[in-house]
Amino acid sequence: MTRLTRRYRFAASHRLHAPGLTDEVNRELYGKCNNPWGHGHNYVVEISVTGAVEPKSGQLLNVTALDDVVHREVLNDFDHRDLNRDIAAFHDVVPTSENVAVEIRRRLATAWPAGFPELAGVRLWETKRNIFELTHEEQ
Amino acid sequence: MLITRRVEFSASHVCANPELSADENRSLYGAAANPHGHGHNYVLEVTLRGEPDPVTGMIFDLRELKEILQREVVGPMDHRFLNREVTPFERVVPTTENIAAEIWRRLVPNFRDGAALANVRLYETEDLFVDYSEAAS
Repeated sequence: MTRLTRRYRFAASHRLHAPGLTDEVNRELYGKCNNPWGHGHNYVVEISVTGAVEPKSGQLLNVTALDDVVHREVLNDFDHRDLNRDIAAFHDVVPTSENVAVEIRRRLATAWPAGFPELAGVRLWETKRNIFELTHEEQ
Repeated sequence: MLITRRVEFSASHVCANPELSADENRSLYGAAANPHGHGHNYVLEVTLRGEPDPVTGMIFDLRELKEILQREVVGPMDHRFLNREVTPFERVVPTTENIAAEIWRRLVPNFRDGAALANVRLYETEDLFVDYSEAAS
């Protein structure tokens, strides 16, 4: 099995605040991530594909074509933005990294070109220490 | 249990299929098709699967693993031009995918006694890597 992974970066701000909970419960639940002014991260997102290597090119897919899709569907919208305010999906959904990973996966799956190998994984690094991964079964 | 050892080698390559025209190669591989080549600091992570031996407490002798990696990969590939100096890349395009598969083929016969090659991960750059594995036969 051949699996290719490409790593991308975006910088964004967010605030963790669940609208269904009181201010006090939100403060307790999210701690400093609930700061009303928000805060930001240098996110790293790893996108993996699996499939057969195309014999003529020796490649699983053209990495530039993957870059184009990830930039168009995710990075152009997310980079240097406030996730809560600038991304419609997070107007009603808390932009935890769990939910950000799910939204990235949803966007890519919706726009995934027909000739591409299978989208096998989405892994989101919020910081060097906090990493969120959608497993194959969850996709 | 899995154990992973990491080694590095630096090599140059050209991504171009000799059966295609210069224009086709340029459009397929972009800058990587430059006929004079370019290079990378490749990082290779080799993962073995096995159970620790009851006497030694080890899955595999790491000194031997180091020697295998040196003999099969780093020795032949480090500071080489892959297309000209390393078989089979005189006829197989040395993409990261194909180099990872070739490293797997070179390494797999070296393991026995319960330790099996589980995965080969090859980083071409920090932002691009390929995992290659085959189900144990």
